[in-house]
Amino acid sequence: MIGEFLQWFTDPVHWTGQDGIPNRLLEHLGYSVLALVIAAAIGIALGLYVGHTGKGTFMVAGFANALRALPSLGLLFLVTLVLLDALPNTLGQFLPALLVLVILAVPPILTSTYAGVQNVDPAARDAAYGMGMTGREVLVKVEAPCALPLVFSGLRSAMLQIVSTATLAAWVGLGGLGRLLQDGQSVQDYPQMLAGAVLVALLALVMEALLAGVQRFSVPRGLTGRGARRARATTASEVTKPTFSTEPEDEPVAAR
Amino acid sequence: MIEFDAVTKRYPDGTVAVDSVDLHVPSGKITVLVGPSGCGKTTSLRMINRMVEPTGGRILIDGTDTNTSDPATLRRGIGYVIQHAGLFPHRTVVDNVATVPILLGWRRKKARQRAMELLELVGLPPELSDRYPSQLSGGQQQRVGVARALGADPPIMLMDEPFSAVDPVVRESLQDEFLRLQQDLGKTIVFVTHDIDEAIKLGDQVAVFQAGGHLAQVATPPDLLADPADDFVAGFVGKDRGYRALSFTPADGLPLEKEPTVEVGADAEVARRTSVEGWVLVLDDARRPQGWLDVSRLTGEDEVTPTVLHRGGTVASATGSLRGALDAALSSPTGRGVIVDDIGALLGTVRPAQVLVQIENAAAEAEARH
Repeated sequence: MIGEFLQWFTDPVHWTGQDGIPNRLLEHLGYSVLALVIAAAIGIALGLYVGHTGKGTFMVAGFANALRALPSLGLLFLVTLVLLDALPNTLGQFLPALLVLVILAVPPILTSTYAGVQNVDPAARDAAYGMGMTGREVLVKVEAPCALPLVFSGLRSAMLQIVSTATLAAWVGLGGLGRLLQDGQSVQDYPQMLAGAVLVALLALVMEALLAGVQRFSVPRGLTGRGARRARATTASEVTKPTFSTEPEDEPVAAR
Repeated sequence: MIEFDAVTKRYPDGTVAVDSVDLHVPSGKITVLVGPSGCGKTTSLRMINRMVEPTGGRILIDGTDTNTSDPATLRRGIGYVIQHAGLFPHRTVVDNVATVPILLGWRRKKARQRAMELLELVGLPPELSDRYPSQLSGGQQQRVGVARALGADPPIMLMDEPFSAVDPVVRESLQDEFLRLQQDLGKTIVFVTHDIDEAIKLGDQVAVFQAGGHLAQVATPPDLLADPADDFVAGFVGKDRGYRALSFTPADGLPLEKEPTVEVGADAEVARRTSVEGWVLVLDDARRPQGWLDVSRLTGEDEVTPTVLHRGGTVASATGSLRGALDAALSSPTGRGVIVDDIGALLGTVRPAQVLVQIENAAAEAEARH
């Protein structure tokens, strides 16, 4: 099995043309990224709004969780059947697939963004208003940046689900890595199916690593806990230097 | 100047948090609002910058009804310090402090420069400026909170239990620095605390609140201790208020006795010969008292070392209060209270009875003035 799998994988025929791995990978990646971008735009905007205003929390608690329970494949066929007559052929296939992926990805992004805003230290929010920030400034300058770590965790779990679910696109004739699974199954070509499964898993891992990298660079250091565990000044140093001391503290400076 | 004119806060469920309060907050002074929890002191403070809207009455700042200005604009002109500092965790210390100047449209560079000056003012070393709040101790965070409130040099500062979340020793040093800072800055400060000792230490004027949002008494700290308006205030200011009131009577004029002393490192035999009633006071080379020495414990020692010194006994400053002088006399193992000058060098000693005579004299003088 492993030998056949490697043989399939290294066969140059499988690396060129429309049915080749690079093309399927690109198709899969394209659907996934497009779906994530749309879902993020909806989920983050709604999550920030609900978290900031407190309006529509029912949407997060009930609606978003209910959406998670929808069977993706059933939804895909249903939406395709409904839209296929109304739209030109390719668009009638493409839109349903995209819609399913977006519907799948919005709930984790929405709930974690909302939770991120809710988790902002009430004292920091109170201070922000007390210093004269408007509601909008509090949202943009305090709540949104403080929510970033949780927003990213929502994005990452949404991305994983999208990449694995995007295999379904093949079932409505859209290609992607799902085609390897589908074609392989129809002719009982197990090495091909295995190759498809492995490629989906690899893509998911790569996307996860990419998002983790983006998170590392975009989340302010004060929120990540990196460095925070170090360099905590002791109260003792204040006791011994109670006055307007400008001497350097003798603990290590945080990682830069 | 801030004026409360029959200010009331009644919540929709009928709870009255603040009940028709009239209060005059003089400019350049510290007014402390004190009382048990749920007495409306914090609500009163938060109504000044409209974090809470009054349901009745008016609050005037320099004659202008706060109701007539936009809340955000009003708040940018009023410093605001809260209990847990409420620093922004995603911003560095210097950017936290620069918050209000930047809201007011200053250029970032100028705002940061101002922030660095403020950090120095509140006693934080410049190396801390690029740290994040989670990397600071509670006391340091509170200093950053104060610096941030001073950002745009507001004439008014609102402080809601700013020092109550830090340990007692740090709290005391923060209070002392706060008083020193206020001497230079002369802000109009409204300060909320539940701690009557803090109120008496910091306030130029103390407003005591009672459950139900009722203002029970407004007075200077000495008057509050000497003449509580009713049973509630009397109970709240505490039982040992006679002793605490001595904080407001200066210690100058105490008859000091000359005290024979030895320096650290002196010969044991010299210490034995110098001692009075078995004890001798030990000084360092700058004549600062280090502790009392029980000469009977010098057996086997050739010279006076710091380890054999008795550490009980407080030291009072001659320019301090009679409370400090009495405490020094009462806590001394020899019955002789140690009195020092402003730089901590020994002036002499005083016995409890002499302090009591001074207390009676001061009381008679106060009586004569009335």
